[in-house]
Amino acid sequence: MTDIFWLIPFVPALSTFILAVFGKKLPKKYVSFQACFAVFGSFFIAAISFMGLLQTSHESYPLVKNIFSWINAGSFNVNLSLQFDPLSAVMALVVSGVGFIIHVYSVGYMADDEGYTRYFTYLNLFTFAMLILVMASNVVLMFVGWEGVGLCSYLLIGFWFEKHSAANAGKKAFIVNRIGDAGFLLGIMFIFIHIGSGEFTAINEAIGGGAVTQGLATLIAILLFVGATGKSAQIPLYVWLPDAMEGPTPVSALIHAATMVTAGVYMVARMNLLYSLSGTAAQIVAIVGAVTAVYAATMALTQNDIKRVLAYSTISQIGYMFIGCGVGAYGAGMFHLYTHAFFKSLLFLAAGSVMHALSGEVDMKKMGGLRKYIPLTYSTFLIGAIAIAGVPFLSGFFSKDAILTSAYANGYYFVWALGILGAVMTAFYMFRLIFLTFHGQERLAPEVKAHIHESPPVMTIPLALLAFFSVVAGYVGLPVVAGENLNFFGNFLEPVLRGGHEAHISHNLEWILIGISIGVAFLGIIIAWVFYIKSPRIPEKLRTRFPRIYKLLYNKYYMDEIYNAAFVNPTVRGSEIIYDNFDLKIIDGAVNGTAKVTGSSGKILSYFQSGLIKDYALIFLIGVIIFLGYLIIF
Amino acid sequence: MIPANYFMILSVILFVLGAVAFFIKRDLITMFMAVEVMLNAANLAFIALTRSANSLDGQVIVFFIITVAAAEAAVGLAIILLIFRQKKTIKTEDIKLMKG
Amino acid sequence: MGYFLFFLLAALCIGSVLGMIISKNQAYNALFLIVAFASLGGLFGLLEAPFIAVVQIIIYAGAIMVLFIFVIMMINIRTGIPPEKKKWTLYLSLGLGVVLIIELVVAIKAAFTLPVSTETLEAGPVSLGRLLFTKYLYPFEITSILIIAALVGAIVLVKKKEKV
Repeated sequence: MTDIFWLIPFVPALSTFILAVFGKKLPKKYVSFQACFAVFGSFFIAAISFMGLLQTSHESYPLVKNIFSWINAGSFNVNLSLQFDPLSAVMALVVSGVGFIIHVYSVGYMADDEGYTRYFTYLNLFTFAMLILVMASNVVLMFVGWEGVGLCSYLLIGFWFEKHSAANAGKKAFIVNRIGDAGFLLGIMFIFIHIGSGEFTAINEAIGGGAVTQGLATLIAILLFVGATGKSAQIPLYVWLPDAMEGPTPVSALIHAATMVTAGVYMVARMNLLYSLSGTAAQIVAIVGAVTAVYAATMALTQNDIKRVLAYSTISQIGYMFIGCGVGAYGAGMFHLYTHAFFKSLLFLAAGSVMHALSGEVDMKKMGGLRKYIPLTYSTFLIGAIAIAGVPFLSGFFSKDAILTSAYANGYYFVWALGILGAVMTAFYMFRLIFLTFHGQERLAPEVKAHIHESPPVMTIPLALLAFFSVVAGYVGLPVVAGENLNFFGNFLEPVLRGGHEAHISHNLEWILIGISIGVAFLGIIIAWVFYIKSPRIPEKLRTRFPRIYKLLYNKYYMDEIYNAAFVNPTVRGSEIIYDNFDLKIIDGAVNGTAKVTGSSGKILSYFQSGLIKDYALIFLIGVIIFLGYLIIF
Repeated sequence: MIPANYFMILSVILFVLGAVAFFIKRDLITMFMAVEVMLNAANLAFIALTRSANSLDGQVIVFFIITVAAAEAAVGLAIILLIFRQKKTIKTEDIKLMKG
Repeated sequence: MGYFLFFLLAALCIGSVLGMIISKNQAYNALFLIVAFASLGGLFGLLEAPFIAVVQIIIYAGAIMVLFIFVIMMINIRTGIPPEKKKWTLYLSLGLGVVLIIELVVAIKAAFTLPVSTETLEAGPVSLGRLLFTKYLYPFEITSILIIAALVGAIVLVKKKEKV
């Protein structure tokens, strides 16, 4: 049953190829059908392989299939080979499953767009690249997938490339990612130098066998993590994600919420033995994650663009995933990745539905009271918000709680405190969003109000589906207090995540921590209710009393401006200087100089062609003499 | 019998004289005549050597050379006539059509 | 006796070629050349090639030079050609000439050691004809085509265009 797992990435690959080559001639309906079916096919194969995996014993993890031998250069060998183990299975199912739902949603959302076929081609290409990333059995192939999703991110963010802001956002995403990738590549190089092979099984063996020192592990882990901060939008390379909202909303849901941005978390989980060996790197991961979680949440508090709020929320939630991995609870981090995929994509798609209903409006100041007009969208949005806020019995609660409890249990008290603070802010800004958009006074423009309509079923059914999963998905990972061994998710992943450590705390302590988590969630919701429903004047009063803080938060701590001044402008200026002095003068000068030399020497040589026979004959004679001389002498 | 080397040296002298005459002279007809001189020098060399080699092949070759030289002279002079008709001059400096 | 004839004819030949170089009148040049060819014919006779000697005088001195003289008459240059303005070409040519002589003499030094055979050649028309029609048949035929081509070519070239 598991033998066919290697087909999982290639179904969307085939679809991409067909769409790329023949796309223009295919009718729209067929394109939608093929694109969605391809991803569903992937999901189906993944599901079958998963079930087969459940029946295989742990010793045979991971199942590896070598497709072909790619690079063979002496001792440097890289193969195109895929592996299947619980971690890859979870990721593959999430990517293909959520991907399928979003593909179906896109059929409705992008129905009127001119670039319909191009969109689905890119989306399928992305699915292929992401599946390669999560199923690669060596770090180089994973990097290939890493770059592939970066490329698709660029293509899809800048999908409406005639818009300047979209094109610039695409560029920004790609370039910032590239900076992270430099670190990632260095990490790969060190792996090859000291371990000799990029295969994950070989790396884990080397670590287990003691061939890797702690210092080396730290170095590699940090370098790889730099790549992760780029791809997963953590400090300091997060600046591309808010701008990435220029792309179509389903793209934001798939790439920038559920899958691509979680690649960094997957990478850390895959290399869990490495991170655990180097305690320092794991600590850095946890701290960066925690700080980013709070930092991004503060920025989400003041944004007015509905998608920007969700973007900062994504950055913040990924921070939580890194907290989980950093403190040694890799299973908890992956669990949050899994639940987050559902409710975050739900939130984005629902936001897209709101925008669809309001003919493209994104500014929450121009919304309000929408719950009577678009009830389906409202109810699914609400479910997503409740899930992310950590209200008990929904999925978000279970996963966030698992992370925070592990943080406390492993002694990271400061990280736990930051996590709690972040949870308050998360609940607050999500419900701020709900109240501003769906409740309260209507602040709609008249022509927008005239055209309000609920989205078509092709969009609302995916929303309902995701809402359902946002509720139930958490039940595969129940905490210890609910009963021993009800954590199916964690147990399933355990053979792969051997680097993690479970710290045990007393049941009472665990109940207290759970209580605190629930408490802060409700605290955030209540504060939001007070601010926006009960006394809507409070936000304004706060704004006028603390104008500088407000401005700081609203302008994203001026980070974009700082980066521009510190890095971007000097680079541009430096390039201009080099262009003027080196490129124009030296290189062009050399090329033009060669041409000039050829021209002048030609001119000189043309004196020989005087047209007089005698001159020609003279040269002839000289030639004969020389030739005769040569013959005589030798 | 006179040894061949005398004739050879005579042939060499004639050839060089013809070549020098070709470069010194400035009118077409005399230049052409110098070419004929060179040809004859070669003929002389052929005959002298073929006698030393005791065969008649060289004489047959000279026969052909004379024939071809005659044909060449005919055509060459026709061309000189044409040039004169065009340019009204046989000074070689004025014939510069192939310049550059 | 042979040597005396040889040096006489050789001197005549070289002298007339020199005269051709020095003289500026084309008609005189042609006449000098006729003398040179005649002496060459004599030299051929000395070399036991009677047939070639006669052919040389008939064709070269008789036909080709007559052709030259016809053309000289037709061109009818009255004014002489002024001497070369640039002297250096003269010296260059002379210099090259000297170099060429030296080189060629060195090149033919193998001829200095050729044996002197005492047999007489049978170089009459009969033996030459026999060679011509057996061993050298192809060149013979092709040369005849060449002559026809030259003939037709010369006529076509010089024909004046008819005024239509």
